[in-house]
Amino acid sequence: MNVWQAILEAFESLSANKLRAGLTILGIVIGVGAVIAMVSVGRGAQATITESINGIGTNLIFVFRGGSEDVRNPKPITLQDAEAIADPFQAPSVNAVAPVIQDSAKITFGRESTNTSVYGVTPEYSSVRNYRVSEGEFITQENMLGQASVTLLGSDVADKLFGRQDGLVGETVRIEGQPFRVIGVLEAKGGSGFSNADNQVLIPFSTAQARLIHHNIADQVDLLLVEAVSPKAVPDASDEVAQILRTRHRTAIGADDFTLLTQQDFLSTASTITNVLTIFLGGVAAISLLVGGIGIMNIMLVSVTERTREIGLRKALGAHKSDIMIQFLTESAVLSLIGGLIGIILGYSIGLGVSQIAKANNAAITPSIGVDIILIATLFSTAVGLFFGLYPANRAANLEPVEALRYE
Amino acid sequence: MSFLGEQTPPRNPQSDGWVIQAENLVKIYQMGQVQVRALNGLSLSIHCGEVVAIMGPSGSGKSTLMNIIGCLDRPTSGEYMLDGEPVSKLNDDQLATIRNRKVGFVFQSFNLLSRATALANVELPIRYSGMRRGGREKARQALEAVGLADRMHHHPNELSGGQQQRVAIARALVNNPAIILADEPTGNLDTKSGLEIMELLLNLNREHGTTLIIVTHAADIAGHTQRIIQIRDGVVEQPE
Repeated sequence: MNVWQAILEAFESLSANKLRAGLTILGIVIGVGAVIAMVSVGRGAQATITESINGIGTNLIFVFRGGSEDVRNPKPITLQDAEAIADPFQAPSVNAVAPVIQDSAKITFGRESTNTSVYGVTPEYSSVRNYRVSEGEFITQENMLGQASVTLLGSDVADKLFGRQDGLVGETVRIEGQPFRVIGVLEAKGGSGFSNADNQVLIPFSTAQARLIHHNIADQVDLLLVEAVSPKAVPDASDEVAQILRTRHRTAIGADDFTLLTQQDFLSTASTITNVLTIFLGGVAAISLLVGGIGIMNIMLVSVTERTREIGLRKALGAHKSDIMIQFLTESAVLSLIGGLIGIILGYSIGLGVSQIAKANNAAITPSIGVDIILIATLFSTAVGLFFGLYPANRAANLEPVEALRYE
Repeated sequence: MSFLGEQTPPRNPQSDGWVIQAENLVKIYQMGQVQVRALNGLSLSIHCGEVVAIMGPSGSGKSTLMNIIGCLDRPTSGEYMLDGEPVSKLNDDQLATIRNRKVGFVFQSFNLLSRATALANVELPIRYSGMRRGGREKARQALEAVGLADRMHHHPNELSGGQQQRVAIARALVNNPAIILADEPTGNLDTKSGLEIMELLLNLNREHGTTLIIVTHAADIAGHTQRIIQIRDGVVEQPE
């Protein structure tokens, strides 16, 4: 009995009970659809996160205080460390260093106020982080020297305080009660999540140090942004930075009291997280596929019972066990395959829907659905059909022809 | 009816003219704690080309005998040769192959697949025989042989009872079996179509020498046959 004939016959006998076949297929449609939707949205989120991490700049190294948990009393990173790293003789692979101190603060204009992050930064910050202003200008060396009370507003902050993003240069806002003159507005970067680049204000490093953000240790910085001369030089630059800091902090070997993070580290961390998330969501969705599979098994068992006489007849006419087995397995595989194909379409539509909702909430997630996912879903749903069809088919194949023929 | 003309016997030369030789058949069913001896050392021989009726009251072991003759079941002990082949020790799939090649079944309730056309129903045994080509043509010839050339593409529910039984007979014929085993073939039919069916079966025997075994309650049906085998209490009742 050839395959094509078996499939044709499966369609014939399934169409004898269309509603039942339809409902069974629906179970698989929902299962496969959920898996596809979850995985494609997960992958889309991963792509978005990867993209925004790439937006940080491919040749950046973040330097934080504190190493592994075993290292006690880590020395703070200071402006002097930054200067040492900026020295081209000690660190030839480093292009620029931008020290940052950071705190959260209340910022007010008239009656409007908002809580946001305040960053004390140097003029290098603009090039290192690739920030541009939509109006006004970035913090200058003069601002630094004069400890000027000037500030750059992130676009969200500008929206909250003024309801607009232009014509703000020259306005005065209060940060923690102190007046600051607005010298510019940062270009909107979009994105959301961990560090929203649009919900922050920047002030000169020296001003922050002197008037707003007080650390116990003089010249302490919260973060150093080190820019390597090229993306390829990032490992060399990391080595140089680490060497300088080890020397300056006099740390024991293998007990660094600082942490270097490169974009690669962020990427791998983020992809670990999103992978776990995708697997988790896919796993939850797979449960509904399992339920769909049980639906197939259920209906096939009913079908085998209903068609006991038919099975008996086929056996009387010379059908081998394998013939009966193949007949019922084909039916359940056809059920699940149809369900799988419709489920792929449904899942992709759900993915698109989710991305529309995400877009409405300012998070761009483009669901990604690859050939691999389609293949896996198709194979998997067919496998579900075969697996859950196995028991009923086996039961049919092992019916005694005498008993089966006598069955009413 | 040219269809069977070229293909009918030679049957298996080993069979020595006997299509069925059963020696000392015993069939024991285990019903819970109780053992039921449905066949109790039954012996039976049927010639090639014979028309035989098997009769007996219910509980006589008639159905059990029919199942064993039709290779649907195995005897607990005893020897059974069908067309010269010992079949009492074969496994399920081997029995299926024997049924497919050597036995044509005609059932009381026709047992046609309602979803399939008459032609597809008749084709079914050929498909299970593993033959790749020509099945459709053979099925067509078999339907012509039973006089249903114009009903080939009808579904069973579009056919009368007599016509359905003709389709079933065509299906039984299509693999050119050694025996046709008919279980109450006229039981679900009115007298007229019942007679027609008997006529058809007897014609097949007369013209092509097909061995015909009819299991029946009805004495008038049995009256059409050459020999009546009475079964009682699991053995053949000897005529006194």
